[in-house]
Amino acid sequence: MSTISRDEVARVAGLARIDLRSDEVDRLAGELDVIVESIARVSQVATADVPATSHPIPLTNVFRDDVPQQPLPQQDVLAAAPAQEDGRFLVPQILGEE
Amino acid sequence: MTSDITRLSASELAAAIADGTVSSVEATRAHLDRIAEVDGDLNAFLHVSADEALTTAAGVDSRRASGEELGPLAGVPIAVKDVVVTQGLPTTAGSKILEGWVPPYDATLVERIKAAGLPILGKTNMDEFAMGSSTEHSAYGNTKNPWDLERIPGGSGGGSAAAVAGLEAPLAIGTDTGGSIRQPGAVTGTVGVKPTYGGVSRYGLIAMASSLDQAGPVTRTVLDAALLHELIGGHDPRDSTSIAEPIPALVAAARQGATGDLRGLRVGVVKELSGEGYQEGVSARFTESLDALRALGAEIVEVSCPHFVYALDAYYLIMPAEASSNLAKFDGMRFGLRVEPAEGPVTAERVMAATRGAGFGDEVKRRVILGTYALSAGYYDAYYGSAQKVRTLIQRDFAAAFAQADVLVSPTAPTTAFKFGEKLDDPLAMYLNDVATIPANLAGVPGMSVPNGLSDGLPVGFQILAPAKADDRMYRVGAALEAALEKTWGGPLLAQAPELKTTELTR
Repeated sequence: MSTISRDEVARVAGLARIDLRSDEVDRLAGELDVIVESIARVSQVATADVPATSHPIPLTNVFRDDVPQQPLPQQDVLAAAPAQEDGRFLVPQILGEE
Repeated sequence: MTSDITRLSASELAAAIADGTVSSVEATRAHLDRIAEVDGDLNAFLHVSADEALTTAAGVDSRRASGEELGPLAGVPIAVKDVVVTQGLPTTAGSKILEGWVPPYDATLVERIKAAGLPILGKTNMDEFAMGSSTEHSAYGNTKNPWDLERIPGGSGGGSAAAVAGLEAPLAIGTDTGGSIRQPGAVTGTVGVKPTYGGVSRYGLIAMASSLDQAGPVTRTVLDAALLHELIGGHDPRDSTSIAEPIPALVAAARQGATGDLRGLRVGVVKELSGEGYQEGVSARFTESLDALRALGAEIVEVSCPHFVYALDAYYLIMPAEASSNLAKFDGMRFGLRVEPAEGPVTAERVMAATRGAGFGDEVKRRVILGTYALSAGYYDAYYGSAQKVRTLIQRDFAAAFAQADVLVSPTAPTTAFKFGEKLDDPLAMYLNDVATIPANLAGVPGMSVPNGLSDGLPVGFQILAPAKADDRMYRVGAALEAALEKTWGGPLLAQAPELKTTELTR
């Protein structure tokens, strides 16, 4: 019996912006249990006294001098776009969805 | 018919090109011919860039003819994993969502390859967005293992490994997030190196998990890997995770190792990465390799890394979380596939969901959903945060082990190459393939897989791990083991691979 419900999978798929077919939701509901089992095992040693490490090496912000540089030509950027118009990306309606 | 040129290692080919025995155009053409002959069966390449490669080769030949001083690998052809962006050459990361995409810029490592005069033969097949351990998750069909066409070539860099093992390319680039250079190296009888995290720029790599991904060489010899690693490595100001100091002298270390003297070196066998769960032949070759290292003067000690048993679980929390974030950019708005919903209003949000539903394969959907779940409200600290604590414990294990030994060793993968489909329905069984390689990615330390023999006619790999920024140490040990084993085999392991039947490429 899966501990993660179909509704939960459908909700997460919505957050991830992925349309899933009904059979995909069923399958993933079972497979998401992997993560619940993993967290159960990891929690055995991930105790409050252990600090978290986000990265293998210590990171600091890297800045470059604020010098104007030549950007990619506009047409090179738009060349791979699914649709373009007047030198801009043409996208589906964004506002007024609700 | 395999030409003698394609049997040469990269360093042998470089020497032949340098002394004028072979031109770069001849070398490049020989490999393109080999690709045309065998890639219909192997499917190692997603795109072959014959014209560009021959143009580069001709340029190198004319520069050499005019007396120009060129780098050590100038004129030697190379294959590049399709997760690395290449200006003007299609780049798909093995996914339908990027089918036909031609990047407008080069990854830093590609810039360095081009500047050094290496003709790029093409882009190699891979698991979609590098998610997989078998190259069965490519949207463009499986790559076959040149040792047995019914078996997987490892993953996710199966295309790069198969290209090198199948004599289609003397050198290739891979990327390793949980073992995707080393594990394919092991099952195809090639050398695969994951450099220290930050040792090779990630600028221009299509990221899966940014804190784990690392590009590196796939080659036929340890010396070749050192030559390529030195070429692509070193600081890059465009990558904030790039280490701002020179990489160690790797070629010198490989040459020193090949002399076969390991006196004074302590080799640590990681107790948790051998024994139970490892195929009998894999364990037997491992023991023999330890004997070979001992015979060269190394001292073998056992070390324990008690938290390695949690590495796989931590990895499968961290990797999908970072992947779900990195793959958010594939939304059908600015590049790649765009799919409109079958019914209802055509809004940006619905187009994104339809595009990602149609463009991503099963394994990518699985990991993005897993990662989104782990990062969703209320779970972040418990899931991602807990996994990051395990990362600390694994780093501490490495630090303690490296206090007792100069390098750590294990079999690279628990088994030899399995047959297609054998583990496809069981993601957990598939994930277990990476059990020995994942700790290095979590801690950022370098790792190498060196061929160390056969089990039932299939290649086995020997893994060497070194402390961060001490990549030279693993090259020294790897070259020493390689030289010792080749003496017993009477030549490179790949010479024992079965001849591939040649079928003209029809794609």
